[in-house]
Amino acid sequence: MTSQEMKDIIWNGLWKQNAGMVQLLGLCPLLAISNTVVNAVSLGLATTLVMTLSGSAVAAIREVIPNEARIPVYVLLIAVLVTIVQLLMNAYVHSLYLVLGIFIPLIVTNCIVLARAESFASKNGIRASALDGIAMGLGLTAVLAVLGGIREVLGKGTLLSGLDLIFGESAKSMVITVIPDYQGFMIAILPPGAFIALGLLIGLKNWLNLRTEKKVREATIPAAATQAA
Amino acid sequence: MAKASFHTAANLLFFTLIGTVMLAITFELTRDTIKESEEKEKMKLIAQIVPEAAFDNDILKDIGRVAADEMLGSDEETIVHRGRLNDEPTIAVLEAIAPDGYGGKIKLIIAIHKDGKIGGVRVITHNETPGLGDYIDIAKDKWITVFKGTSLEKSRNRDWKVRKDGGTFDYMAGATITPRAIIKAVHKAAQYFALHKDELFKFVALDLPAENNKASVKEKTK
Repeated sequence: MTSQEMKDIIWNGLWKQNAGMVQLLGLCPLLAISNTVVNAVSLGLATTLVMTLSGSAVAAIREVIPNEARIPVYVLLIAVLVTIVQLLMNAYVHSLYLVLGIFIPLIVTNCIVLARAESFASKNGIRASALDGIAMGLGLTAVLAVLGGIREVLGKGTLLSGLDLIFGESAKSMVITVIPDYQGFMIAILPPGAFIALGLLIGLKNWLNLRTEKKVREATIPAAATQAA
Repeated sequence: MAKASFHTAANLLFFTLIGTVMLAITFELTRDTIKESEEKEKMKLIAQIVPEAAFDNDILKDIGRVAADEMLGSDEETIVHRGRLNDEPTIAVLEAIAPDGYGGKIKLIIAIHKDGKIGGVRVITHNETPGLGDYIDIAKDKWITVFKGTSLEKSRNRDWKVRKDGGTFDYMAGATITPRAIIKAVHKAAQYFALHKDELFKFVALDLPAENNKASVKEKTK
């Protein structure tokens, strides 16, 4: 793996092929979980862990699986890994498990995990696939975090609420009340809020992309014009 | 063709076996730790629903075994913690299971004073829908405290329902199956307590945790 390939993988995961904003896979946790920053980031990181593991596992066995059996084997592998992560979290980070516990099995149903196994890990080496898992996972986590922030501020008027569930009572003081005496805005907390906020985010990303493209074009055209002259 | 299918099937079988072995190993490795943290969690919850003034014995160690009973929703032996004041029984903490939650079984502990008044209810484990049915968890919402102070005398049979069904218990719109299941389970447990109160307190104190420890030590030395 050259450093250029590594850069491409990271750039694809974080921005160009972002799971949450471009591939639009993995909408299930996006809608369900992104109602607060803490929930969103925790599940994002759990998904990243699973994707890294499943990517490397699939890459390791890609040459021995017959083509027609590959999808069931990938699904099986992902389900096994998710269950293992769930058991380990239950045993060793119990307080975090209590918060996230019921969301963790949902990672199996997140199609981004299977999609990366099929489209990337089944064609690339172990290290590249692990890196792809990390980059894709972090890209998704970032989108989840932003969505969670938007929905939490609009819906509840706070940021980082629920932090005490992970780090204990002392973290309660770190919860930021953005809008005091806020009455709450239900639609932001409910799934429609996730769709609307995600739509706006995608719009913003496309606008940024268009702007950079335009800049590149403007920068090249005058150059071409002077050359012609 | 037949050979290819056989090859595929063998492959699938092989990976299923590997998956099963991996899960079995992780399950075995984490089982004790998970049980321990669940116990610890339970102790914390017991402290929330049993008023300190109600007992002067070691309630965590004053344990009785309760045979499986349909009224408690249990299909195996459960444990009751007994609180006593000057050696007089005052309060019992029962384990009960609401079998008909939206996501399956909901495990509860219920503290009931000797006069039948409910000290409080807490959820130990559940699989309810995140963000919708999980308000039964004290970490997420205060709803579960609605049971504090209720009793069979105060709420008659038809009151043990959510408001929507003509009862007296509040619930949250969008998730009625979950509170329905819990209210039913608490009601039944309260009836069970009324019927078996004397036996529940009479059991000779069992030093169950110590026994468990011994057993696990034995296993380890093996």
